[in-house]
Amino acid sequence: MTTNTSPLLQMQNIKKDFFGNQVLTDINFTLGEGEVLGLCGENGAGKSTLMKILFGMDVIRETGGYGGDVLINGQKVEFNTPFDALKAGIGMVHQEFSLIPGFTATENILLNREPQKKNVVSEVFGERLNTLDYKEMDRRSAEAIEKMGVEIDSKMVISDMPVGHKQFTEIARELSKDQLKLLILDEPTAVLTEKEAEALLSSIRNMAAQGISVIFITHRLHEILAVCDKVVVMRDGYVVKDVPAAETSVEEITRWMVGRDVQSAAVSAGEVRSHEDAKTILSIKNLWVDMPGETVRNVSLDVKEGEILGIGGLAGQGKLGIPNGVMGLYEAGGRVEFDGKEIPLNNPRRCLDSSLAFVSEDRRGVGLLLDESLEWNIAFPAMQIQNKFLKNLLGGVIKWRDERAIHQVTQKYIDELQIKCTSSKQKAKELSGGNQQKVCLAKAFALEPKFLFVSEPTRGIDVGAKALVLDALKRFNRDSGVTVVMISSELEELRQTCDRIAIVSGGQVAGILPAAASSEEFGMLMISKVV
Amino acid sequence: MKKKNIPAGKKALELVRGNAVPIMFVIICAIFIPMAGFSPSYLLNEIITRMGRNLFLVLCLLFPIMAGMGLNFAMTLGAMGAEIAVILVADWQIWGIPGVVLSMILSIPFSALLGFICGTLQNMAKGREMITSYIINFFINGWYQLIVLYIMGSIIPIIHASIMLPRGYGIRNTVSLLNMRQCLDDLLAVRIGGVKIPVFTFILVGLMCLFIIWFRRTKLGQDMRAVGQDMDVARDAGINVDRTRIISVVMSTVCAGFGMVIYLQNIGNLPTYTGHSQIGMFCIAALLVGGASVEKASIGNAFLGVILFHLMFIVAPGAGAFITGDSMVGEYFRVFLSYGVIALALIMYEAKKRMAKSKAGRELAEAQKEKEAAE
Repeated sequence: MTTNTSPLLQMQNIKKDFFGNQVLTDINFTLGEGEVLGLCGENGAGKSTLMKILFGMDVIRETGGYGGDVLINGQKVEFNTPFDALKAGIGMVHQEFSLIPGFTATENILLNREPQKKNVVSEVFGERLNTLDYKEMDRRSAEAIEKMGVEIDSKMVISDMPVGHKQFTEIARELSKDQLKLLILDEPTAVLTEKEAEALLSSIRNMAAQGISVIFITHRLHEILAVCDKVVVMRDGYVVKDVPAAETSVEEITRWMVGRDVQSAAVSAGEVRSHEDAKTILSIKNLWVDMPGETVRNVSLDVKEGEILGIGGLAGQGKLGIPNGVMGLYEAGGRVEFDGKEIPLNNPRRCLDSSLAFVSEDRRGVGLLLDESLEWNIAFPAMQIQNKFLKNLLGGVIKWRDERAIHQVTQKYIDELQIKCTSSKQKAKELSGGNQQKVCLAKAFALEPKFLFVSEPTRGIDVGAKALVLDALKRFNRDSGVTVVMISSELEELRQTCDRIAIVSGGQVAGILPAAASSEEFGMLMISKVV
Repeated sequence: MKKKNIPAGKKALELVRGNAVPIMFVIICAIFIPMAGFSPSYLLNEIITRMGRNLFLVLCLLFPIMAGMGLNFAMTLGAMGAEIAVILVADWQIWGIPGVVLSMILSIPFSALLGFICGTLQNMAKGREMITSYIINFFINGWYQLIVLYIMGSIIPIIHASIMLPRGYGIRNTVSLLNMRQCLDDLLAVRIGGVKIPVFTFILVGLMCLFIIWFRRTKLGQDMRAVGQDMDVARDAGINVDRTRIISVVMSTVCAGFGMVIYLQNIGNLPTYTGHSQIGMFCIAALLVGGASVEKASIGNAFLGVILFHLMFIVAPGAGAFITGDSMVGEYFRVFLSYGVIALALIMYEAKKRMAKSKAGRELAEAQKEKEAAE
C-alpha cells in the first residue's frame, strides 16, 4: 500500500508573526502515514503556535493568519476553524482537558456525535429531538477504547476519574472519529503516572501500527526516544533539528533545545556576584501552593539579602506558584520567614506590610487598574499600604491625596523606565504590553520594598522593552539594595539578570545553579522531576 | 476500629449537610402541624389540591437548571402569557375543557416570544442569568400591565363589560373564571375517604414527568446537560450553545404557561394584576425546599418540595395564631421563610463551591505531610 507517494502531512515554509513579533520562521517537516513524530523545544519555542496553525484555531486567523503551506496527502489545505481540521482527519488532545465533568466516559467520547434514533416527535420538531441510541454509543466507545489499547471504565463519570483516565478519555474521543488520520498529543504524559505514561506510549505504538500518524509533544525526552520515528527540535521559532529518533540521545536533544549560541548567553565575568556570606532574608520552608496548573509541592528555598535569584523551569511545573503562594494570592501552606519574622500565608496585606512587593505575571488581571491613569496606577498601592502621597487634614481625620507628589513620582518613573505615553494622566489600558509591564514595575518600585517578586516580567513584550525592563530590575537591585526574585520561563534572560537560578520541576526545587552554569546543566534540571 | 467509624459518621454528616433544607422544613412542619390543629384529612386534601395546582409549574423550572442557567425567575413570563390568553378566552366565553385547552394553545405564542426575549438577554449576561431573569420580570411586567390596563378594550376588542373596568378600557382587578373552575380537576376525579384526588390533573403532571425523563435522553436534552456543565467544552464540540440555552428558556416559559392555566382553573378566578407576581418566587422556593440546588434538580425534588413547602404554607397561619394569637404573623412567617429559603440556597451554592476549592489545598498539604512522614 505504498502507492501513495505524497506523505500524509507536509509543512512548508510556515511563518507566523504576532503583530510583528516573529514566532515561527520557515518551518519545514513532513510526516508519513503511521509515523510518530516527536516535537520538542523550550517554552516559547513555537510548538503550540505551530500546532494551532495545523489545527485551524481561531486565534491564528484573528491575528492575521500565517505564511507558507500545509499539505495533507499532497493537497494544500487551509483550515479556518478546528472543525475543518477535524473533517480533514486531524484530531488534537489539548493540554487542558476539554471534558464535561458530569458525563460518563462514553458520553464524553461521543459528545455531539451521539448515534441517534428517530422517533415520532423528532419527525415533527426536527432532529434534535431524536433519542440517543445508548447501545450504539456503548459499542462505539468500547471500540474506541479498544483501539487505544488502554482499559478505562466507559461508565465512570469524568469527575470521579483519576487524572490519567481523563487524559485517556480525551484520546479515545479523538480515536472514535472514523476519519482520524493524524492525532496531535500536546504533552499528554504531563499528568500521567509513570505506569499510565507507559500505557500511553504502547497505545501510541498501537495507533501507529493501525496507520494513524501521531505528533507527540512532550518534555519527557526519553518518551520521545522510546516511541517516535523521528524527532523535530524547535528553538526560537526555528526547526533546529529534524532527525530519526534512533540516531540521537536525550543529551543531544537537550542541547539542541536550550543551547543557543553559548557565547552570547555567557554572563560577563565582572557581573557575577556571590552572596554566600550575606544573611538569609527570605526563607521558605515546606511550601505548598494550590495554584491551578502551577502546583507547588514541598518547596524549601533560601534567598540571600541583596541578590537577584532567578526561578526557572518549564511551564506548569510550579515556578509561578511560589510567588503567588508566598504573597497570599493562592491558597498555600508551609512556613515563610522574612528578615527573621514569620509571615502568615494567605494574607496578601501582611506581606505588603512587611515590605514585600510582587509584580504579577497577570498584568491585566492583578497588576493594573486598567481604566485608571498612570498616576493612579503607580501611586495607588503606596497610598493604600504606606499612606504615602497623602496629606493629613484635621490632624489626620481626613486624608487628602497629594496630587502634586503623585504627579512627580509618576513623572520620575516615566522618565526612568522610558514609559511611552502621552502623559501621566493616560489610562493604563491604552498602553502597549511592554509599557504596561513597566508601569507594573514602577508601581512596585514606588512602594520602595525591601524585597521584590517579579513574575514573568518579559512575557509578551518585544525585545527592546525586554532589555529595558531587565535593566531596570538590575539597576533597582544594585542601587537600592533590594533583593529580587525573578520568575521567568526564559532561561536566557534569567542567566543575563540573576546571580543564582533555582530550577523548579514537578513542583519542587530541582536544584540551584550559578547563572554561569551551562545550558545543558539547566536543561537536565528542568526535566529531572517533570510530573 | 475507630478509623472505620469516622467515615460512617462523616457520611451521615454529609447527608445532613446535603439535605439541610428539606430536613429543616420537615422539622418546621413537624412543629407547626400540631400547633395549627388541622385534621389529617383536611391537611391531606389541601396538599393534594396544591400538588395538582403547583407541580406542573415547579416542573418547568427543571429545563433551565439542566442547561446550567440556574433558577428561572423568568418563568413568571410564561404565567403572564397564560394570563393574557385566559383573559381573551374568558372574553370569548369559551368555558370548560375547551376553554382550558384553547387558553393553553393561545398562551404558546405569548410565552414563546417572551421566553425567546428572555433567553436572548440571558445569553448576553452569561454567569448572571438569575439576576437577569429576575429583573426582566419587572421589565416585562410593565409591558403586561400596559397591555392589560390600556390596550385591552381600546385596541384589542373586549366584548364583555363584566371583565372590563367601568371606564371602558382595561381589565378589572379580578376576572372570574367560574365556568372554568376545576374543570380539569373534576375530570375523572376520585374521592377516597373524603379526599378528592384530581386524577386528570395528576395525569397531566405525570405526562410532564415522563416528558422530562424522555427529554433527558434526546439529543437536545444531552446537549442541554453538556451546555449546563461546561459551555466552552460544549462549544468546542460543535454544540450551538446560545441556541440551546434559548430553547431551554423557551421550553420553560411555554410549560410555565400551561402550568399557569392549570393553576388558574384550580383557583377559579384571575387576579389580573397580581396573579403572576409571586408565582416564580413560590415555585422556586418549593423546588429548593425539595433539596434542589442552583445547578441540580430532579423530579423528586419538585414533588418533595411542593409537599413540604405547601404543608408549611397551610399550617403557618394556624401556628402563628397559636403562638401569638394573630394569624397574620403566620402569614408573614411563610413569606419570610420562602425568601429565606431562596437566599439560603444561593449562599449554600457559593459556599459549596468554595469548600471544594479549599479541599484541593488541604489534600495537597496532607499529601506533603504523608510524604514527610514516609521519609
